Amino acid sequence: MADLRFSKSHEWLRVDGGVATIGITKYAADQLGDVVFVELPTAGKKVSAGGEVAVVESVKAASEIYAPVSGEVTEFNAAIKDDPSQVNADPEGQGWFFRMKVAGTGELEKLMTEAQYKDFVKTL
Amino acid sequence: MTSSSDLRKTPLHALHVSLGARMVEFAGYEMPVQYYEGIIKEHLYTRTQAGLFDVSHMGQATLDGDHPASALERVTPADVAGLKDGQQRYALLLNDDGGIKDDFMVARLPSERALHLVVNAATKESDFAYIAERLKGRAVLKPLPTRALLALQGPMAEDVLARHDYDVIKLGFMKAGSFRIAGAPAIVSRSGYTGEDGFEISIDANEADHVARALLAEREVLPIGLGARDSLRLEAGLCLYGHDIDETTSPIEADLAFSIGKRRKMARDFPAAERLMNALLEGTKRKRVGLRVLDKVPAREGAEIIEKSGRVIGRVTSGSFGPSVGAPIAMGYVETPFAADATELAVMVRGAARPVQVAPMPFVPHRYKRSTQGV
Repeated sequence: MADLRFSKSHEWLRVDGGVATIGITKYAADQLGDVVFVELPTAGKKVSAGGEVAVVESVKAASEIYAPVSGEVTEFNAAIKDDPSQVNADPEGQGWFFRMKVAGTGELEKLMTEAQYKDFVKTL
Repeated sequence: MTSSSDLRKTPLHALHVSLGARMVEFAGYEMPVQYYEGIIKEHLYTRTQAGLFDVSHMGQATLDGDHPASALERVTPADVAGLKDGQQRYALLLNDDGGIKDDFMVARLPSERALHLVVNAATKESDFAYIAERLKGRAVLKPLPTRALLALQGPMAEDVLARHDYDVIKLGFMKAGSFRIAGAPAIVSRSGYTGEDGFEISIDANEADHVARALLAEREVLPIGLGARDSLRLEAGLCLYGHDIDETTSPIEADLAFSIGKRRKMARDFPAAERLMNALLEGTKRKRVGLRVLDKVPAREGAEIIEKSGRVIGRVTSGSFGPSVGAPIAMGYVETPFAADATELAVMVRGAARPVQVAPMPFVPHRYKRSTQGV
């Protein structure tokens, strides 16, 4: 059963069997506007929770993407390198950024549930 | 972060919000950065149809006196006195060292003594104070805070505006006159900041909402935010004050010597004239150039520009994705030996050198409508 979680820096994370898929939320994609370039981590890169892993560039500015939890990157989404507009079109589906092996479950518990994230966005 | 209540609003603020604009702070104003379609679509739409921009945050003023044009020449190297009736010109406001305090538009409206000025939003208070002080006893500057300014830009702009006042078709590029748009008395100039044909429309703030709605009701017109305004002007190779030019840049190194009038060059009667004329004849240490980014990574303002050896030879002053170019583009200053077109350089983005090439500007050809008819 996949577990969907959210970070305060607007990443979503779907965990399935110890592997997390990570992308940016629809809210974040709308705020960024048209995405024109993404810089993604390569497989094997070790990341810690809150660390910078990727960069997303909209027409106007560059923004960092943070690892919501610690672990090791296993895969990145080559499709959004070729066509960054997928990040806007389907941020929580086809527009995913990378996958990682999650080091432990403790950090996962600290992330927001979908309901909590929706409430969080309302406060912004 | 400034709370939105501290920010100034243009007369079209409510209209922007009702159109679903994302509002951001710009020059102390709460302004639309984009509407529903987003920057890329708004940009491309302006290049193929017509876009309506609210630029009411910019500073408008009249300059009156016995000879307002010769008075204004004390602070600008433009040929203002040579402006014919109904003619507009791009001009630089210079400090005593020849640094650029602002860039602005000056128009002589048909059969009016006073000149009409449009300056940048972020600098308008300081510009107006400076001009008033420097021209004291010679001309009187009167800011027009109750006037709004709209820009209608794009290949369909002429067709659209002609439905409201047919005579606008007689205006050639950089010409200005008085018209009625949607019933409102308007000062219209054929100019803009996109590289496309288009108009700037100055109207009383009370008429702004009505006029903007009338233009937006035309099938060819969409509202366009400041995001696309910036990418359009960058593709057109036009400077953004405070970024590409400021008090530390001279008109010569900024490649804006065209704005120095021929008569003024002969007379050398403008601020720092000797220094600027020497720079014009002998060259400058650095020059403003266009840069094409050869991979997909946008080079942003502030990025270092390096030569093959890795030595820093300049800095990016504006950088973005160019929607019509289909790739990232930038402008910046480089040491003059590296300023020739097609020179291979690199910009530093997040610690990595990315290849760029010096490119001629504009990146997208200007499509101004120059007419010999004139009003």
